[in-house]
Amino acid sequence: MKTLSDHILDIIQNSVKAEATLIEIMVDFNKNKDLCTLKITDNGCGMNKETLSKATDPFFTSRNTRKVGLGLPLLKQNAEMSNGSFIISSEPGEGTSVEADFQLSNIDRPELGDVWNTIYLSLLGNENIELKYIHSTEKGRFELSSNEIRENLEGVSLQQKEIREAITDYIKNSIKEIQ
Amino acid sequence: MSKIKSLSDLKKIKEEVQSKMKLRENSDNPEQFVQVKVGMATCGIASGAKDTMKFFIEELELQAVDAVVTQTGCMGYCYAEPTVEVILPGKEPVVFGYVNKNKAEEIIDTYIKKGKLVDGIIPISFKTIDE
Repeated sequence: MKTLSDHILDIIQNSVKAEATLIEIMVDFNKNKDLCTLKITDNGCGMNKETLSKATDPFFTSRNTRKVGLGLPLLKQNAEMSNGSFIISSEPGEGTSVEADFQLSNIDRPELGDVWNTIYLSLLGNENIELKYIHSTEKGRFELSSNEIRENLEGVSLQQKEIREAITDYIKNSIKEIQ
Repeated sequence: MSKIKSLSDLKKIKEEVQSKMKLRENSDNPEQFVQVKVGMATCGIASGAKDTMKFFIEELELQAVDAVVTQTGCMGYCYAEPTVEVILPGKEPVVFGYVNKNKAEEIIDTYIKKGKLVDGIIPISFKTIDE
């Protein structure tokens, strides 16, 4: 995975598979602490201790279409390669939380990438899930909630060109302002 | 296009879109839509499925094809990612492999618009002559 956005797009799918109704994505860039944090929390079915211990094993997956599961191991690898850490915690019936820390100035830290497209595509693909995106830096904070978007759209498709452009531009500009 | 500064501005854009939609004769029957499903698991994303999906959304709209573009999981053809499943109205689903922008363009122009098959199909469901 080349960017954090790719990781986000990927990890969200785990939450979707776990039948989560709420997914919270938090991205924090802090130059003062030289730290970049990505945290994804869901209220899905969660994992028991045994499954949790195997979650970052690349040769473990809950699918049966293939025998490898690389989403979490790749994120862990990227975090550890950029002088960071990776924590995953889960409670059956409660949900799962994944946190990856990166050293912000590390040369191996993946760029954020086009997170506006990631968020937009995730909104489009998961109509029944409440998605929250929180982006913070030492300069400020930007929050986006899928419920708010849907309330304003009143059933009009997200796929409409004007709406697509408005949403992606809105996210892009809001992030730029606090960069 | 007007830019939005907050999500409540989205409402105005929605109203503009709605008035335009009424002009277009748009059927609510989903069977008349072309369905495009892009494989978006780890393998797909790592191979650039995000760009492929974005391209399908933009291009189908540009060419005024009524289509629903969605994501799907891994179909087990990781070697051929990005994979795309296309369902034309009333037809069997067809899965294409190695769908980059060029391939996507070919699929839209030849398969979706003209109904002719193109190279690169992964035979998931097929029938023998005995069936």
